[in-house]
Amino acid sequence: MTKHDGIVAGWSRDQMAARAAQELRDGYYVNLGIGIPTLVANHVPQGMTVTLQSENGMLGIGPFPLDEEVDADLINAGKQTISELPQSSYFDSATSFAMIRGGKIDLTVLGAMEVAENGDLANWMIPGKLVKGMGGAMDLVAGVKRIIVVMEHCAKDGSPKFIPACTLPLTGRNVVDVIITDLAVFARPDHASPFRLMEVAPGISREQLRQRTSAAYVE
Amino acid sequence: MTTKVYPNAAAALDGLLRDNILIASGGFGICGIPERLIDAVEASGVKGLTVASNNAAIDNMGLGKLLRTRQIRKMISSYIGGNKEFERQYLTGELEVEFTPQGTLAERMRAGGAGIPGFYTKTGVGTLVAEGKPTMEFDGEEYVLERAIVADVALVKAWKADTSGNVVFRKTARNFNVPVATCGKTCVVEVEEIVEPGALDSDAIHLPGVYVHRIICGAPYDKQIEFRTTRTTDVG
Repeated sequence: MTKHDGIVAGWSRDQMAARAAQELRDGYYVNLGIGIPTLVANHVPQGMTVTLQSENGMLGIGPFPLDEEVDADLINAGKQTISELPQSSYFDSATSFAMIRGGKIDLTVLGAMEVAENGDLANWMIPGKLVKGMGGAMDLVAGVKRIIVVMEHCAKDGSPKFIPACTLPLTGRNVVDVIITDLAVFARPDHASPFRLMEVAPGISREQLRQRTSAAYVE
Repeated sequence: MTTKVYPNAAAALDGLLRDNILIASGGFGICGIPERLIDAVEASGVKGLTVASNNAAIDNMGLGKLLRTRQIRKMISSYIGGNKEFERQYLTGELEVEFTPQGTLAERMRAGGAGIPGFYTKTGVGTLVAEGKPTMEFDGEEYVLERAIVADVALVKAWKADTSGNVVFRKTARNFNVPVATCGKTCVVEVEEIVEPGALDSDAIHLPGVYVHRIICGAPYDKQIEFRTTRTTDVG
């Protein structure tokens, strides 16, 4: 949720995750990034089977363990302890990324520092300041069929994050399919099309959204 | 008769360590890291090392110890977050880091162990990772050439090994340990338990003995957890 002109409006982190969960389909194999994307697992619709992949080598991520079930050998890509399901499988990192690069994973949800109007994504470093590394993000955006970005609409200093061209080093070129922010949802049917505004969060006008977005999009 | 089983980490690394060699190390975060072997590398005092490892554990654990002692000159990694000293040494230029996407790193190791000197991948095309590397178009899409990694020494943590070198891992502690093992000219494995041949199911070996040259039992292990996350109630 964002404070605009003294009014709190827009979607919360959990609501953004719930909106991202609407992109899931029955039978999907899905990889969730760290942060808000991880919350998407809490919003899988009832009756839908979605198998979560963890790039450190697991298919079928279960819920966080009960205290007595905690196992140091069983973690997700965010290094949090997790549990297994009857249908879970384990494999090594080369196999894990073979399935990612090989197009076997249907959808991934990732965070972002910047998304450009042409679908470029930057989420792994700010030169000279913040360097975490790309981890598996470059492989995911190169190989997964559908790329969903979940991010705050504006940076902490108020500057837009959905912009004409990325200023930070790229994670992938022309890779993003859907952008979900605390203020709006943008999507495009293919990587040759511009983003189209699909939804605006309650309490936000289209004019306010335009003021907070420097990227061009179709309304 | 030759044996692959060594009494301890120092003995298992004897004759393998020199300054400026390339070491590949398994592990993801602090899960499945070859901590006994890394301790022995630290004690050996070798320096100028290049280390290929997805990340470098956390401060003062695993490879984090070799960063503290400045024995590492260069890291080949996908992620330095979670280790402040790693990030600091990179930002100040004291440490060289070859940022490699996680899947590309795993495949570079797998390829190195499989006799494949390089491969084309879509990962990283159009980013800093592809700069200076040859690209090629296949079926209308651009791919970048990535080179294999062959390490002088591979350091691996596993669950169990039999005395012939067949190895099994446990849950997500397998991670990079398999590609790391295969890319080593010499592969040293530390395990929680060494068993006799026949004790492991031949149909369920994760790493066949041909890849494993030296084995130690590193037990007992006091496995650490980076982020302990739990739920309080049963879920349907």
